[in-house]
Formats: sequence, structure tokens, C-alpha cells
Amino acid sequence: MTGTSRAAEGGKRGPRVRSDCWIRVELRDRGGIEVILESKVAGMYGRSIEDLVRQGCAVMGLEHAAVTIEDQGALPFVLAARLETAVRRAGHVPAAPFLLPTAEHTLYASRPDRMRRSRLYLPGNEPKFYPNAGLHEPDGVILDLEDSVAPAEKDAARCLVRNALRAVNFYGSERMVRINQGERGLEDLDWIIPHNVHVVLIPKVEDPQQVKAVEARIAQVAADAGVEAPVLLMPIIESALGAWKAYEIAAASERVVALTIGLEDYTADIGTGRTLEGTESFWARCQVVNGAKAAGVQPIDTVFSDVNDTEGLRVAVREAKGLGFVGKGCIHPRQIGEVHRAMAPDEAEIAKAVRIVQAFEEAERKGLGVVSLGSKMIDAPVVKRAQTTVAMALELGLLDEEWRDGLKENQR
Amino acid sequence: MSKLIENAAGRMVPAEINGAAAVPFQGVGKFRPTGRKACPRIATCNDFSLDGNKVTESLIQALKNAGLRDGMTISTHHHLRNGDRVANAVFAAAAELGVKDLRWFPSASFPVHEPMIQHMENGVIHHIEGSMNGPLGDYCSRGKMRGMAVLRSHGGRYQAVQDGEVHIDIAVIAAPTADEFGNATGDRGPTACGLLGFALADSEYADHVIVVTDNLVPFPCIPWQIQGNNVDQVVVMDSIGDASKIVSGTTRITKSPDRLLIAELTARFCDEAGIITDGFSFQAGAGGTSLAFAIFLRDMMRERNIKARFVRGGSNKYLVDMLEEGLTDYILDGQTFDLDGVRSMRENPGHVNTSPFTSYNWHGKGNFAGMLDVVVLGATEVDVDFNANVVTHSDGRLLHGIGGWQNCLFSKCTILPIPSFRDRIPVLVDRVTTLCGPGELIDVIVTERGIAINPQRRDLLEQLEGSSLPIRPITEIKAEVEEIVGGKPEQPEFGEKVVAAIKWVDGTVIDCVHQTGG
Repeated sequence: MTGTSRAAEGGKRGPRVRSDCWIRVELRDRGGIEVILESKVAGMYGRSIEDLVRQGCAVMGLEHAAVTIEDQGALPFVLAARLETAVRRAGHVPAAPFLLPTAEHTLYASRPDRMRRSRLYLPGNEPKFYPNAGLHEPDGVILDLEDSVAPAEKDAARCLVRNALRAVNFYGSERMVRINQGERGLEDLDWIIPHNVHVVLIPKVEDPQQVKAVEARIAQVAADAGVEAPVLLMPIIESALGAWKAYEIAAASERVVALTIGLEDYTADIGTGRTLEGTESFWARCQVVNGAKAAGVQPIDTVFSDVNDTEGLRVAVREAKGLGFVGKGCIHPRQIGEVHRAMAPDEAEIAKAVRIVQAFEEAERKGLGVVSLGSKMIDAPVVKRAQTTVAMALELGLLDEEWRDGLKENQR
Repeated sequence: MSKLIENAAGRMVPAEINGAAAVPFQGVGKFRPTGRKACPRIATCNDFSLDGNKVTESLIQALKNAGLRDGMTISTHHHLRNGDRVANAVFAAAAELGVKDLRWFPSASFPVHEPMIQHMENGVIHHIEGSMNGPLGDYCSRGKMRGMAVLRSHGGRYQAVQDGEVHIDIAVIAAPTADEFGNATGDRGPTACGLLGFALADSEYADHVIVVTDNLVPFPCIPWQIQGNNVDQVVVMDSIGDASKIVSGTTRITKSPDRLLIAELTARFCDEAGIITDGFSFQAGAGGTSLAFAIFLRDMMRERNIKARFVRGGSNKYLVDMLEEGLTDYILDGQTFDLDGVRSMRENPGHVNTSPFTSYNWHGKGNFAGMLDVVVLGATEVDVDFNANVVTHSDGRLLHGIGGWQNCLFSKCTILPIPSFRDRIPVLVDRVTTLCGPGELIDVIVTERGIAINPQRRDLLEQLEGSSLPIRPITEIKAEVEEIVGGKPEQPEFGEKVVAAIKWVDGTVIDCVHQTGG
């Protein structure tokens, strides 16, 4: 924004807008704050909206302005973001950002080794999807500042995502933000890192240096803001060069917990189209799996973009699981359950894993060097995989916590 | 200004409605009507031609023949829904005849009936007793109607006719197919709508009955959903309705992930509550969430090879598919919501048409409502005592009719799947703006943020103990919603004038609606 303009607007208006608002701010030299409100909830929240606007202007050090609002039932965190965006665009540099109190329920932590089977993309400038996103129980929600946000709305999305991180209950889903590429992405970090972000997704990574730059900026912002919890990283491979360097990128920082791939840009980069079978991206996806595994992080697959094709999604997730991926991107909440079901070990897998782990523990107890099941000898990696399956089945509630007792009873 | 008295639900209601004394709500099942039913005037065959021909050349002439005059009560029906042309034609003719102060007694009104506002402005219509949707609801809410609106359930409308609370002078029945004698059916013809059950009481009790059709067939019209023996005149119009608008707009399955989640939770609740067993019965409304619920239910039934004995319509494609697939023995249908329903009603012997008399009638010796194992309904608001509102917005403006909603509450398990808030407007509140359904009849609220079981249903609470479903106290879900929307809403300001009375199924007044500004 140029800083010379005296009036500007933020937010959305029109007949199809809901749970959002449009705010126009006109800076004035005198006359205090004038609020002109038109709202579908005026009878219920009119006074509260006006109070919020006056409080916001005070916080931002704005003394004289006309604030016009067309409200379609925007929640307070949205109203606050739209107001701040309009004020900044009008050329007023806020004395302080307009932050509403952080809700207690946003202050939970994540951990590097948590399950990341599903991650739900939420467009950064579409607040109506936020409040219920976590109810669909994705392992992670991604507030996206990159591709889903039009270039002219990047500033608005930053404000909105920052406010959402402080206000919205994502009900235990891992809180992720996808930043923009390059310098703009580093600036995004200034806005979001102080507000309990668990994972930053870095788009179009082609060089470990990019990961290091993000890590350094996060360290700086976190130190300034007094953020103690480590912010985790998930680089996205979206080009031939990125795919080529998958391992180096995955190993670029201790903070990297997962590596993922974006196929639209990748297929464009190698000069081909994207097909349902995905032959063209087979190598790159295997490269991501192997790069991630080599670096000891989780390989996560791309999104499945046909929302209506449930069967296709199921097949795609099984295939991804078969390649070694442990997660899939979701662009619609109804995909989450399917992904979880398809990623979970089935009954036969669990039963087999239980038998192997049982044989292993039996051998340990007897001090045997060799684990055997029936007439077959079981190798160490097979035991390890079975242990992973049992652990996952326990976490998903597919196996009873008392499974060892059950086994003993069965043996008797 | 009508005097207000407190009823058993703690609501202040008018003691008098349009000049007649009204009984305040006394509690569910407390009011016992006495005396005898109203009866129609005695007719005689002397007045009718032996050849059975009752055709009159025009609607206006038929109204003249019927003796239309100032202050009469005229009834019409909503079988053609938003495609109806007959009700508007009736009042246009009345206006042309210079008649004033009529009471319109529709079984429901739709946005297509907006011209009635003009008739109220110029004095042709005095007031409306029926559902208040769209522009009519708005007009009434602003206090512009001369009389007080009276909103009744489908069963309550039948009750009011039967016990003489409402005497219909002239009933005009839009019939997709009829013969010269007045036998009529809704299941065929160019404007086929399914059935004509809402006109049944009117055909039996009104002083004068006019059947209006655009598809006159030679005697006999088979089936005869309306019996010609109750009909005075038959009028042929070019078109009684716009067939494309007969299909209700709310019959598409929701695509909203949040509503799908609510529907899925509802189906899972029914499952864990042990409701989905062989031979069970259910009724789901026409809304997108209810339809999605029916689909989830259907999938469970298929998977486990469970068959329902009957389902209650509003029928639609999905219920018809279930019938034709053998997942239910019968559809007992109150109205058909789409053309598949109409076709099925014509073709399937297991698709049976019903009326408010069979399904909901208060003066009957029992009715079907209480036999349903589970009913899934909508609501605009629910409060912490499980009381629900279905007729007004949270700002107090009328926007819906009651339909069969109140009657359905008597099922063995009544579930309201609703979002906990819409945009910023809380649906879970401390006290509903307008009381339509007493909490003691509402068993379960399913929201995207959790399922609340009415504490009075200890059996359900016990059955669901240890369930993986998100079962929570209603107050806890409400508190969460208030945190999201930024606190409790301010209370809307109402005018003193009572613009509408809300009747309970027994004819008592359960609540009223006050004028809203603006």
C-alpha cells in the first residue's frame, strides 16, 4: 500500500458472502471515530461490533476516521482482521496490531513424531471454513497463505490467519501454516510465529538453504516474541530440482519432521500433464519417500483433488501407503475419514503384527537369539514393522490396550 | 390490545384471538376437549344434476354461486407448493367481486403467494391463519396485518376444523386431475403433485367445496383422493400451477461437510441407541441434513440387512429407492416432495397416501405420530430445556410454518439435527424466542459440536454411556458456541402488538409473536 491514500477497504461484500464482512476506513483529521454499521446480526451484536471497532481504533492509535461496515455475520476475530487490513491499507501505520486475547484452547503443543495421515487445507482468506475445520478431526489443518490467496489479498490473509491462530479452536489438530515463496514467505513468519504455529510448510523447496533461511527467521522471530516451543518444518517438493535433492532438503534441519510433494507444479516443471495414474510423478514420489526415510522424517503424499470421487481417493491412499507415504493432503473435510480408514492397518495386518510381536517378546523372555513364528524365522526389520503396526493400531483404537492379556487367555 | 395471560409453559399469550376466547397451553396432554365435533351443513341431492355434472364455467362464477360475501373464511392448500396458481386466482376473483375482510385459511403459504399482501392492503383479506413464509411472514411481523395470524400444525389445522374453532365457508381445492362429479386426485395430470391429503378435512367440513383442475377426465377419476360426493362445483382452469415449482427446493442432499457431519452423527446415534433394528420405522424431513441422514441410515440398513416396516414421507427419490429396493415395506406418505415420489405413489402399492387425519389428528382415536421409532426434524432455535422454535428467526421475525413438526414430536425418539450456530447467530440459546415444541418431547439435539440428550431420557443416557460419540450436556455446547460468537446476543426489541398466535396440537395457545420494528 502506498501510504498516501486516505481511504481503503478490506474484506468481502456481495450477496454470496457469509461469515465475513467488508470494512471501509476513511482517515479524517477531526471528528473522532464514526461507525456506520449494516449487519445481518445488528439486533444481536450491533453494539458489540461497534465496541470492537472503537477498541481496535484505539489500539491502533487511530483517532479520527469513518468506519463503514457491511457485515454478514463475521466472528469477532474476522471483524478485527478486516478492520486492521483496511486501516493499514488506508495508510495508517498501527501503533500496535489489533490483537484480541489469545483463547486458552489454542495453546496446545504438537510433537515431531505425531501421526500426520491427513492435513486439511484451509484457504487463508476464507474465514467461514475455520471454526468447524477441526471438528472433522484431521491430523493437521493448514492455514494457507500461498496458492489459495490472490496476490492482492496477501496482506489480508496474513492478518486473518494470525487472528485465527489466536482465536479458533482446531480441537487438537496440528496447527500448520503454508507460507509464501521467497522473501514474502519469510515476512509471513513475522506475522504468524508468535501465535503457536506447530508446523510451517515451505513451498517449492529446491535447496536446503531455503529451509535453513526459514529456520533462521523463525528462530529470530521466536526469540523476539519469547516463543519457546520449537516450530517444526515440512518442506514441499514441487520441481525436478527439488525432487533431485529430496534427501538434502529433508536433512537440512533438525526441525524438519516431514517431506511432502506438490504435483501441479512438479508436472509443469518436467513438462508433462498430470494423470490419474500418475506414471509421470512415480519417480518423484518414490524419491520423496526415500529422501524422507533416509533423513528419518515422514513422507507425506500430495492432495487428491476430486472431492466427489470417494472410490478414487480410497485407491489413491492405498497406493500412497503402498509406496511408503504415511499421509495424504485433503482439500475437503469429507476426505479425512476416508484417508484415515485407508491409511489404517486392516484386521489381517494387525493380527499378523500381533503374532510377530508376541513371538519376539516370547523369544526375548527365553533369551533366544532367533525369533521364529511357526517354522519361519523372523528378521529384525519385520519385527520392527510389526511393532509400528501394533503401536498404530493401539493409537487408532483398533487394538485393545490389554491385547497382551487377551493373547495369554487365548493361549490357555 | 389483547390481554395477555401466562400459560403452563410460562409464556405470555393472548386470552383472545381475533375476537374469540382462546385457551392457554396447559401442558402436554393436559387439555381434554369435550362436547361434540363440528358438523357440516346438510346437503341434498336435489341441488345436483342427476348426471353428475358439476362443472361451472369460471372460478369467479363458482365463487358467486357459492355465495361469497364479506367476512367469509376461504381455504386453499399447498399441494402445488411454490408453483400454486389457484390461491392467487381465488383472491383475484374475490377482489374483482368487491368482497372484503376475508379470512384466508391455507394449509400453508409460499413465496408465490406474495400478491396476498396487496389483498390485505386493499382490504380483501382481513388476516391469514396459516404458515407465514417469506414476504408474508415479513408483512405480518411488521404488524401490518389487521387481524392476528394463527399458526397451526398440520394436525392442529385438522383439529381446528373438526372442533369448530375454524369454520370454512368455501374450500377451493386445486386438483391435478378431476372428473365432472368432483372426484379428484393429485397423483397424475400435467401438474401432478402426489396427494391431496391436506384438503381432506376441508372437503368434508366446508359449507361449499370447489374443485379446480386443469385436467378434466371422464367419470370416474381413479383414484379419488377427494370424493366427488363432498364437492359442490368443478372449475376448469388452463393451468392450476407451474409443475416445475411443485418440487420443493429443499430436497437436495446437503454438500456442506458440517451438515453431513451432523447427519452422520445422527445416524450413528440412532445405531448406538439401538433404534435401527428389523421392522423399525422412521420419518425424516425434507431438509438437506435430514436427507443426508436418510442416506447414512440406508447404507447401515443395507450393510446389516435390516428392513424397516414403514417410513413416513414427505416422500422423495431416496425413500422411493428404499421402497423399491425392499428396504422398507411401506411409505406412508403425507406429501410428495419430488416427481419420483409422485410416480411411486401412482405405481407402487406399498406407497400409501395418508392425511393429517391418519397421521396427526388430535380428535382422532389415536394417530400415527407416536408409533414412529425415530423422527428427525429441523429447528431455528433450541434452548437449554430442549424447548424448540421452528417459526421465527432469533430476531423474532416469522419465517416458517409449523407444518407437521409439532405433531411429529410425539415419536418414540425425536431428534433435532441442527448446527450450533449459523454465521454468528447462536441456535442454542437460553430461552427460545418463540416456543413451538415443549422440551419434554424433544429427546436429542445433534450439532456439529456434540450430541445433547435430554436429561429426562435417562434410558437413552444409560444406553449411550461409554459411547465414542461426542455426547455432552447442552449447556456445555451452548457455552462453547457463545465463546465462538463473542458472547450472548443482545435481546431483540419487540413491539407490544401481538401479530401471531402459535397453537399447540390440541388447539391451546403455546406462545405468540410480537411485532418487530423495521
